[in-house]
Amino acid sequence: MIHLTINDTPVTVPAGTTILHAAQKVGVRIPTLCYVERLQAIGACRVCVVEIEGMINLAASCSMPVAEGMRVRTNTRRVRQARRMVVEMLLSEHDGDCQTCDRREDCELQALSAELGIRSISFTGQKTGKRIDVSTPGLMRDHGKCIKCRRCVSVCAEIQHVGALWAQGRGFDTAIGPAFNRDLSTVACVQCGQCAAVCPVGAITEQSYIDRVWDAIDDPDKHVVVQTAPAIRAALGECFGYPPGTLVTGKMTAALRRLGFDAVFDTNFTADVTIVEESTELLARLRTALVDKQPVALPMFTSCSPGWILFAEYFHPQILPNLSTCKSPQQMFGALAKTYYAQKLGVTPEQIFVASVMPCTAKKFECQRPEMCASGTRDVDAVLTTRELGKMIRAAGIDFDALPDEEMDAPLGLSSGAADIFANTGGVMEAALRTAYEVVTGRPLPMDNLHVTPVAGLAGVKEAAVTIDQALPDWSFLNGVEVRVAVAHGLNNAHQLVEAVLAGEKQYHFVEVMTCPGGCIGGGGQPRFTDDNVRKARIAAIYREDEGKTLRKSHENPALKTLYEEFLGQPLGERSHHLLHTTYEARSPV
Amino acid sequence: MAAEGMSCAACQEVDDEQRYAQLDDILTQYQGVQGALIPVLQMAQAIFGYLPDAALRRISTALGKSYSEVAGVVGFYSFFTTVPRGRHLIRVCLGTACYVRGGKNVLAALRSALRVEVGETTPDQMFSLDVGRCFGACGLAPVIMVDDDVHERVRPGQLMGILDKYRGGGATEQDAAQSEPMREEE
Repeated sequence: MIHLTINDTPVTVPAGTTILHAAQKVGVRIPTLCYVERLQAIGACRVCVVEIEGMINLAASCSMPVAEGMRVRTNTRRVRQARRMVVEMLLSEHDGDCQTCDRREDCELQALSAELGIRSISFTGQKTGKRIDVSTPGLMRDHGKCIKCRRCVSVCAEIQHVGALWAQGRGFDTAIGPAFNRDLSTVACVQCGQCAAVCPVGAITEQSYIDRVWDAIDDPDKHVVVQTAPAIRAALGECFGYPPGTLVTGKMTAALRRLGFDAVFDTNFTADVTIVEESTELLARLRTALVDKQPVALPMFTSCSPGWILFAEYFHPQILPNLSTCKSPQQMFGALAKTYYAQKLGVTPEQIFVASVMPCTAKKFECQRPEMCASGTRDVDAVLTTRELGKMIRAAGIDFDALPDEEMDAPLGLSSGAADIFANTGGVMEAALRTAYEVVTGRPLPMDNLHVTPVAGLAGVKEAAVTIDQALPDWSFLNGVEVRVAVAHGLNNAHQLVEAVLAGEKQYHFVEVMTCPGGCIGGGGQPRFTDDNVRKARIAAIYREDEGKTLRKSHENPALKTLYEEFLGQPLGERSHHLLHTTYEARSPV
Repeated sequence: MAAEGMSCAACQEVDDEQRYAQLDDILTQYQGVQGALIPVLQMAQAIFGYLPDAALRRISTALGKSYSEVAGVVGFYSFFTTVPRGRHLIRVCLGTACYVRGGKNVLAALRSALRVEVGETTPDQMFSLDVGRCFGACGLAPVIMVDDDVHERVRPGQLMGILDKYRGGGATEQDAAQSEPMREEE
């Protein structure tokens, strides 16, 4: 252990601890800007500087490790002046339009300026040139607002193993962006939006489709339906000042109705459909491998997360046959809304407008994939993030706090608890096992409260195994088989897992991948700022939602039974194949 | 760092196919090697005379570095260029010592003699003009480098003579390969 003092308070911490973390232990707040938990601290912004006795220069506390006998001061005149100068210089360069900026309410640069008491900027000089990049469906980049903190660079390279954004050029002309400062569409970007999630200012955010949705709502010829992903209900409250982890399912439904949507549905409904289709597909693959002894791509990987799909298409095209052919719940919903539901209403697919609310920016890309037109027209017309929905609700003058709890509409609004947990890492796997195990054995999954605890939580890669016994006659070939599963979240974890599978070091039957750390609850479209505490709070809320339902297994959803009886026939049947399944294409990463 | 015999930027007779084959050999050799990016870029520039986009994409794939990272490194170091250069690259040092001892005048004289601006190439593809910040020869200031040759204590009046030596054709490739400073008479 290392002993030091911070502002004369003695602190004892393990070797290797940074001054920043040591200070947190004794309740000393050091402001930071480029620093983000889980990412390599780079000391780029110099906001967190502190004075260390005996050292000539101020040190960046985020990256400076403690040393025995060190005497640190975090609040000297010199430190305060240095911090102010750093922030004033950033402000002098920052091309801010603070009154109208997307980040006017949660801009970290503005908050820092307030914290340091900055009332004027001592420097005048060149501003970073404005350059807006709207070349991708998911993301919007405003170069003029970028303060070059490089959080996005770190998250893209370290957490997501993508590296679409990098520092280009040098000196004052340095720009953070894709190769040679070209548009984002010219490089392999998976549209996950983790860059937007960590950006402290308004330099990266989602492409907004709010106007498109308002236009549809105001169009009397359109029947406008909305679907909300499971992760929204555990995060939307944060847009209205509720603490992370507050479930607002009922208020959200009421708000959507008051916004003018003609029907308020749930992506959870098609999450249940996904489980039925995907577990059928998994069992079919296992039958091919174990009974027919034919070559078949195993392990099967989940396909709900569009950033992961793009990642596989760009960087691991050899595993595309292993991806489940199931569309994501969002796209299944669009296809069913414009066929099954349109038929019930007696309208054409074109008369229906499907809006999605997603925790995700990649979903904006996904809905524009050319193959996502199973209904004969675009299955999902516009995707909003959680943040955008929050803005719409406020712009409509809805007092969120005063809203009553309301129920979603039938039939596409009914769902099981298994669908809720699609929102977090390990959830799709748990939901699939709840159904697959019961299909095969006729008994419920033999785990405490139906939870597959080994694949829950925030560890990067998680594994579990379930041994099948006393299978029903149809599935007797699975007797004694240990079904091995794995779960990864964050694409770097997924990348490592894929490499291990390809190298033959790991053998699994089924693998769940979610693009974002923590799963969809930590998606690129969620309210800012998402750290591990927020992730845990949202995940806990999702499990509460699941446990609060009597219906907890996808295959028991009565609306699904009707759907298959009236319309689809059977899982993996011809109509399912056409509407609910898809194909993938290898893409060049350069 | 660049392997011997690879600084044949001006070898017009070597066609692209051979150049890319050479690059592929290097990439095979450096696959999985830590810190390979910068040396590989140097060698690639030696092969092509500049860093063509297709070569950068190939390097990105082979070394498992994102294209944006590769571009970021190329853009950071002034030594790297993504635009084709002439047969000979003239770099005028504008480091402190060279600057105060007349480097700026040398640059002005070169700009007017070659009728190009910094970063440009003469229409006959003979010379590209660039500036550098200290070649580590401050005692010999002002210096210019033509390809790998350092010319010391250059005065504007000597420039035509220096350029003519390179225009001569035959002699220059050997000069570049030997990377021996050519001694100018005082």
